[in-house]
Amino acid sequence: MPGDDSHPAPGGTPDGGVPVSRRGFLAQGAAATAGLAALAAAMSPLRHLKDGDLPSAEEFLQKHYHEMTPADKERALNRIREQVRRRHGVTPTVSDPPPMDGVEFVYGLNISRCIGCRKCVHACVAENNLSRAPEIQYIRVLEMEKGSIDVESANHHYDSDQVPRPDKWYMPVQCHQCADPPCVKVCPVGATWQEPDGITVIDYDWCIGCRYCEAACPYWARRFNFAEPTIPPGQLNPHIAYLSNRPRQKGVMEKCTFCLHRTRVGRLPACVEVCPTGSRKFGNVLDPNSEVHFILKHKRVFVLKADVGTLPRFFYYFDERGSRYHEPIAPGPESGPLPEGA
Amino acid sequence: MRRYLTFLGDCFRLSLVGDWRYHAWMTALTGVALGGLYAYCHQLVHGLVTTGMTDQVSWGMYIANFTYLVGLAAAAAMLVIPVYVYRNLHLHDVVIFGELLAVSVILMCLLFVTVDLGRPDRFHHLLLRFNFPMSMLTWDVIALNGYLLLNLHICGYLIYCAYCGRKPTRAFYIPFVFVAIAWAVSIHTVTAFLYVGLGGRPFWNSAIIAPRFLASAFAAGPAFIILTLQVVRHFTRHKVSNNALFTLRRIVQVALLINVFLLLCEVFTEFYADTRHVASAQYLFLGLHGHHALVPWIWTAVAMNLVATTLFMLPASRALNTLNVACVLTIVAIWIEKGMGLIIPAFVPSPLGEIVEYQPTLHETLICLGIWAFGLLVYTILVRVSVPVLAGDVTYARRRSTHPRADAAGPAAHGAAALNNAPTP
Repeated sequence: MPGDDSHPAPGGTPDGGVPVSRRGFLAQGAAATAGLAALAAAMSPLRHLKDGDLPSAEEFLQKHYHEMTPADKERALNRIREQVRRRHGVTPTVSDPPPMDGVEFVYGLNISRCIGCRKCVHACVAENNLSRAPEIQYIRVLEMEKGSIDVESANHHYDSDQVPRPDKWYMPVQCHQCADPPCVKVCPVGATWQEPDGITVIDYDWCIGCRYCEAACPYWARRFNFAEPTIPPGQLNPHIAYLSNRPRQKGVMEKCTFCLHRTRVGRLPACVEVCPTGSRKFGNVLDPNSEVHFILKHKRVFVLKADVGTLPRFFYYFDERGSRYHEPIAPGPESGPLPEGA
Repeated sequence: MRRYLTFLGDCFRLSLVGDWRYHAWMTALTGVALGGLYAYCHQLVHGLVTTGMTDQVSWGMYIANFTYLVGLAAAAAMLVIPVYVYRNLHLHDVVIFGELLAVSVILMCLLFVTVDLGRPDRFHHLLLRFNFPMSMLTWDVIALNGYLLLNLHICGYLIYCAYCGRKPTRAFYIPFVFVAIAWAVSIHTVTAFLYVGLGGRPFWNSAIIAPRFLASAFAAGPAFIILTLQVVRHFTRHKVSNNALFTLRRIVQVALLINVFLLLCEVFTEFYADTRHVASAQYLFLGLHGHHALVPWIWTAVAMNLVATTLFMLPASRALNTLNVACVLTIVAIWIEKGMGLIIPAFVPSPLGEIVEYQPTLHETLICLGIWAFGLLVYTILVRVSVPVLAGDVTYARRRSTHPRADAAGPAAHGAAALNNAPTP
């Protein structure tokens, strides 16, 4: 008990002149030492920190994406290239493709055709270097009850080898790239924003990991890296971009970016390319000749949860004819011709 | 300046001096706090995977405790209003304990938010790019830190004046007292808006959250203060009249009644209409599709709330033992209701209808306990230091007279002198 020995006897007059006794001094020293030892023990787990866990001076001082000069950006891309080479043993091409003028991307998903095979889910994982363990996936395919659009009755964990199952329909959900995104609004540090082509992106080097955006998203489109993301050797996609599929770090948010490293240079998102049923359509809605423009103009289109008012750029639609529900691929003799307009 | 440094030095010395119970209490708290630090260092190394949180339930115990503690910080306002607005003299001498509590509780709040961050190393990004006024989280940062500074100033100024042996100048603290009253309401409102503003979470997206928040805060805060004042009265010679406690009892009475009424309003709206909106409330109160982790908790809270309200309304709670039981029930009930009961159900079911339950891990629990211990440690020190200083036992003048060579003499002796005057169990 520090100071105890210099106590005057209870009831006695305070006497400031008593020097600290040797015993008191030793007791104080022992208490201080024990305290420091306990503190050191409490902080001992920090010895497991690896090199990459702590930000380098360069990372620590890196500016927000919007404030980087071209030279800053070049340095950041070089740093990322170097880190990926060290950690994954491949030298990636790191780019930062800008949004194209006169382009606003939208996505159409044909629920008459989707069979719930989840090929999109896995193509997305491979393309975007998503963590395999812990498992992160941007696309969630819901197996819906026939006659209902209530997500609460959906099955998230159906067996995709058994699809399509009778009396079920399939509704894949991913980031809807809303025009009025609540996730962007709530971010306290401005680490996420909407690009001119409609894609909401995250600066993974700026995110502080508060997960407010994850709470704000009505489509459950955002994912958090609860642990260090892992990608097995040889499975890294080496074509990476700053705002999309570069390997993420522990403790930051991530989300679908419409594969902007592909789509901004004229390719299709991985999920569109892989879809075996042609249910997925993607393009520039401002181009009157685009497929998505046609779909929005002529098909029966709806958005999920229109009541939350976030104005999604992800549309579901269904065919009046040619749906897997209306026209069997090989109609039996007993099924008569469908009446016009079915 | 020199005087101020001496003041800080004396405060530091005072905080180290006490009888064996004080040392045992402080050692225990330090131990628990270090346990929390240990668990937090683990979390830093491995990430938030050490917690029970998932992408489905992305906020857990940290944010739940944070929410509750913001409410507790209201205690100060509930002492200040009677004293400065209604000139209630019973509470005059104890108002500072409310303000000191606010200081320690806000520190705990800030810690709870910090341990919830995935990248605490990027904390400075908040200063470099502050998404104000769009993000409600930035409002909360301002509200909480502002409240901390206001209370630090008010208590610090009053205690320092007592140390210097001069009468506080009203102009230097009365305006801040009134600002702090409004500010106390703002910290709740802003924290409630943090949740209320999310259109994708029907459980939170309800105008009643902020008023309920205030009502429960104004019940739990003063209930906590009632207990604290009795501890202060027991261990120091600071006088706390029973009238002060009974004034607070009246505040808790009213707040609890309003709180129960608002709860009733909310439950009716959810369950009578029985829209899709009800899923989270159903998960909380009845369980949903065979998942009912929170059901026992919330009914415990409801029962405790009702019993506490009844006790507070009965004349029996003028007896201190009954009053204390009612206070403990209130504090625990509101901790459940405003903590886990408010945060977790909003995530169940997820926006895509998935039901993933949340179960806090040992690490997470240790960190929470550690922060609570740290907060109590800070509060104990603050009270320990302020009681003798406010009583005029430790002053600059006295120090100068007993120690002409101020720093050369044994430092602890002086604090010990103050202490020997202090305890009166």
